[in-house]
Amino acid sequence: MKRDLCAIALFAAAVLALTAPADSGVWLTFVMMALYAGLLAQAWNILGGYGGQLSFGHALFFGVGAYTQALGQLSMGLNPWLVLPLSVAAGALAGLGMGGLTFRYGLRGSYFALVTLAFAEVFRILAGSVAFTGGGMGLMVPLHEGLSNMQFGSRRGYIYLLLAFVGLALVVTAWLRHSRFGAYLQAVRDNEDAARAIGVNPLRIKLGGIALSAAFMSVAGAFYVQVFQYIDPGIVFGPAISVEALVGAIVGGLGTLWGPLLGALVLHVLAELTRNLFGELPGISMVIYGVVLVIIVMFLPRGISGVGRSLGRRFGFKERIRV
Amino acid sequence: MLDSTILFSSVLNGLTTGAVYALIALGLTLIYGVLHIINFAHGAALMVALYAVYLLKDRLGIDPYAALPLVVAGMFALGYGLQWLVINRAGNGKDENILLVTLGLAIVLENLALVWFKSDTRTIDTSYALSTVAIGPAMIALPKVIAFCGALAVAAILFWVIRSTDLGRAIRAVAHEKQGARLMGIDVEKVYALSFGIGMACLGAAACFLLPAYYVNPQVGSGFVLIAFTIVVLGGMGSFGGALVGGLLIGVVESVGGLFLGDSLGQMGIFAIFIAVLLFRPRGLFGARG
Repeated sequence: MKRDLCAIALFAAAVLALTAPADSGVWLTFVMMALYAGLLAQAWNILGGYGGQLSFGHALFFGVGAYTQALGQLSMGLNPWLVLPLSVAAGALAGLGMGGLTFRYGLRGSYFALVTLAFAEVFRILAGSVAFTGGGMGLMVPLHEGLSNMQFGSRRGYIYLLLAFVGLALVVTAWLRHSRFGAYLQAVRDNEDAARAIGVNPLRIKLGGIALSAAFMSVAGAFYVQVFQYIDPGIVFGPAISVEALVGAIVGGLGTLWGPLLGALVLHVLAELTRNLFGELPGISMVIYGVVLVIIVMFLPRGISGVGRSLGRRFGFKERIRV
Repeated sequence: MLDSTILFSSVLNGLTTGAVYALIALGLTLIYGVLHIINFAHGAALMVALYAVYLLKDRLGIDPYAALPLVVAGMFALGYGLQWLVINRAGNGKDENILLVTLGLAIVLENLALVWFKSDTRTIDTSYALSTVAIGPAMIALPKVIAFCGALAVAAILFWVIRSTDLGRAIRAVAHEKQGARLMGIDVEKVYALSFGIGMACLGAAACFLLPAYYVNPQVGSGFVLIAFTIVVLGGMGSFGGALVGGLLIGVVESVGGLFLGDSLGQMGIFAIFIAVLLFRPRGLFGARG
């Protein structure tokens, strides 16, 4: 645990060192979007990687967080810093609700993937149909820059905010690797029946996992509102968010501490590169993105961080056995 | 007040749409039943088939119905090739990897279409597009009637293949017990590729029936694929009869729901059914006990 915490502190220091002196808006935006993609992947990894539940509807939690964050400011007139805990709580509650419904009936694997997808779609249609969410027009949060309003004139402010979220997600992930709860979660992932036989309550453990995962996803949703000031049902509840979260985590390496961040970074670099090279032709950049995605999965079945591990083994670093 | 004629024609319209949904879902359920993967590229593949039908009509003047054997054969080859060359190799037998590969394929296919055709919505003109057939008090568009009969005919052929041919027996054997089938000398990888090919061929047929009364653009598949998922879950994953009945049912729910609640909330009915079935009867209406 101590080694993980040192690594996390090093990572945060490195991000600070890379962004604090920088003036380039392009560079700062790049770092911000990479961290944001990393946060999505980390959130998904808690349930998908450590809990073994492949969700296809994490956009649901993202959207609940985003809509709470926007409505708390617009309808209730609250300060964004005060709304943020509410957004996280709403996201975690949504996670508990969905988890309660699906896990209680023993849905696993493909069924779980499909039902989560459907839940997110239901919320997308609902948010577009009822009045208080602004319907299909979406919601616009007025721009008032300032620290007290969680809106920053420079990308740097957002990066520090995100860094705090990402760092917290890393600490929670490290805690999952070393704590009793994390061990239970991985036990349920690896063999639910065996875990039950030794006295673990799989339902409770999985509910804990989905609530944690949903909480971080809703943080990302709230962050989205603060940066872009505009949301609509298609943006925040659409399948693209769910896909971005799961692709980053799987490409990076499921159930690893650094994999999701690494995967999100690699994919973000890839997307930026192809967009810059082929930007004027719509579609080409996404074609290359898709091809590279398939190739990565084809040749790195354990994700990018799996490569590091097998290289490490080849060069004689001992892999510690974790309990 | 709604009079019964409107309701009746709404149900009939729903049945005609539902038959095409069923055809799409049959392909999905076959692939799921045999390979145990959710094919997220299913919608993109339908889009490819629709463009094929469009090009054949637009460039070569081949009528969509006449193009059916061609498109079906082409989609079969595409499916066979994709499974044999890409999905089989890239999956490494891990669920999450197979999921990502089909997702990656969907991204590639959709964006290739975007590069090629831009995002314009295209339709074809046929002499019979506006003809109608009177069924009782209701008037139904001729292409929809043809789609209904054609989809049921293709489904019947598929049932026959699965039930009565050696290929069908091999497919059922692999779906049921992969290792056992392998020990009996069945080439499992080949059955996988054949099943994927047949699943995609269903999409080819669906595209031929769909396009005369529908349109195509690069995103057209995503709407269908969610509905197809719903049908497959409703009917029981891997069940053919379930996919057929589920497809017709969903078609009617969508059509009648749209009549009462408007189009966007009418869709809610589909998802409400979807979630209710998953929660209370996850093996589906016709799924095997498990």
